[in-house]
Amino acid sequence: MEQYFQPEIECAPVEKIKQIQSEKLVKQVKHVWDNVPHYRKKMEEKGVTPDDIKSVDDLHKLPFLSKADLRETYPKGLLAVPQDQVVRIHSTSGTTGKRVIAYYTQHDIDLWEDCCARAIMAAGGTKEDVCQISYGFGLFTGGAGLNGGSHKVGCMTVPISSGNTDRQIMFINDLQATILCCTPSYAAYLGERMQEMGYGPDDIPLKAGIFGAEAWSEEMRHSIEKTMGIKAFDIYGLTELSGPGVAFECCEQKGMHVNEDHFIVEIIDPETEEVLPEGSQGELVFTAVDKEAFPMIRYRTRDICKVTREKCSCGRTLIRMAKPMGRSDDMLIIRGVNVFPSEIETVLLNNGYAANYQIVVDRVNNTDTLDVQVEMTPEMFNDNLGEVEERQNKLSADLKSMLGIKAKVSLLAPKSITRSEGKAVRVIDKRKI
Amino acid sequence: MSVQQISVFLENKPGTLKKMTGVLAEHKIDMRATSLAETKDFGIARLIVDDAISAVNTLKEHDFVASLTPVLAIEIPDEAGGLDKLLEIFAAAEVNIEYMYAFPGGKDTDKAVMIFRVADTKAAEARLLGKGAKILTQEEISNI
Repeated sequence: MEQYFQPEIECAPVEKIKQIQSEKLVKQVKHVWDNVPHYRKKMEEKGVTPDDIKSVDDLHKLPFLSKADLRETYPKGLLAVPQDQVVRIHSTSGTTGKRVIAYYTQHDIDLWEDCCARAIMAAGGTKEDVCQISYGFGLFTGGAGLNGGSHKVGCMTVPISSGNTDRQIMFINDLQATILCCTPSYAAYLGERMQEMGYGPDDIPLKAGIFGAEAWSEEMRHSIEKTMGIKAFDIYGLTELSGPGVAFECCEQKGMHVNEDHFIVEIIDPETEEVLPEGSQGELVFTAVDKEAFPMIRYRTRDICKVTREKCSCGRTLIRMAKPMGRSDDMLIIRGVNVFPSEIETVLLNNGYAANYQIVVDRVNNTDTLDVQVEMTPEMFNDNLGEVEERQNKLSADLKSMLGIKAKVSLLAPKSITRSEGKAVRVIDKRKI
Repeated sequence: MSVQQISVFLENKPGTLKKMTGVLAEHKIDMRATSLAETKDFGIARLIVDDAISAVNTLKEHDFVASLTPVLAIEIPDEAGGLDKLLEIFAAAEVNIEYMYAFPGGKDTDKAVMIFRVADTKAAEARLLGKGAKILTQEEISNI
């Protein structure tokens, strides 16, 4: 039986959602015009005033915001309310450039936690559940967002944060945790550790996992589901827009429903900035229509993705976005070819290797080199040199056909790649360009 | 009557072999013979030890990928032509050898032991025994 946290929104007719979006957008544009000089200037340069925005159909008239705007206005330039109304901040890790600081009023926290509560209920969570939050707490949004959502659903919440893997497993067992929230790479590591300790999928009390904050492949999902005996749900978000919960997966696992009453989604051509029709692949752009403190309008995520309004059998009418191919920040350009780490992951898992890998890019004699390093596993090992080499060659060939460029495959000793407790470090780019 | 050989995956970088021998030394595992096979990217160390099962478990506990492979251990006289005579038996029995290595026969200085990896250990054993090869048991290897 499908359950919803806010069925009046999640299953509302599309017209009703559009009406909510239009009303909120008109108000939001006025709020930003009045309170964010940086965005007002951008609107003026484009010759747009709040009077031009009458409904969601006028969204395309508004200027975009990008990471560059965030950098330029750091730390408080996009803050849209007096500071005494701000109750919290969160911040990105700053791994892809300068740190972003996002501000929240109590209203902003509330709507964010609602979004996370929808995600938990879509994963089958109810107040009977024990929800272990193994995302990092603190400046990172993962822990706080899912923790708040779990409270709203009424789950018994275990705010364990990331790290200390043996303690994580102890709590899962001692409290009979049923839902696990963390990054997919950490979920894979927890699964690997439990397997080593002799737990089969039936011995693990977990039934669902909500995994996000980094790109992961469908093959990795299957592998986690199999090891832990759970259903693994994807969740999407960015600190700039709140955190996790901008979009979430339902039991159908066919894309993530965007919380459209709070976030309007557009797909644009990243070159021409034209809005593309439904079903086209392009860059995801979001407008937060009712966030007060940090109201992003037409924020370019750099995530490459597509959306669909096709009916979902879960009953939700919210538009669905595909799993992003990866952040365009994650995309590597190697010998002129676009390479997403998630494509490499797909090939590795399809070939029977574990999701413990690292991608090393370097430049030797003016030519880019791609070295895919993967750990040897007992399943892939054999006394026969020829067979092991043959598998290595097949992996190389599969990588070449997926990526379009040649990759070197290095087989490493087990446990030689550091396990991550948060976002995994998959790519080491040594090129000095 | 075959003997268990341990095959260990070794990453191609300095110090990996030392890491393995360190684990073996720490756990007082006595090696009878070793051989190293390599490609340009990785290697496989092959070991004959006194107690194969406990050695393979110890290596796994220390994060090595290791497996057991059945091999034939055959004693030959340590003299000119010793191996040649044995291989004559292999040829006559039509047994194909994948790889082999040797070690001296312990206190018995006029003997040597050859380790052979063949495709079908049991069938090879049956054919070789009839032709007079002296195949050693796990126990005999442990006692060397």
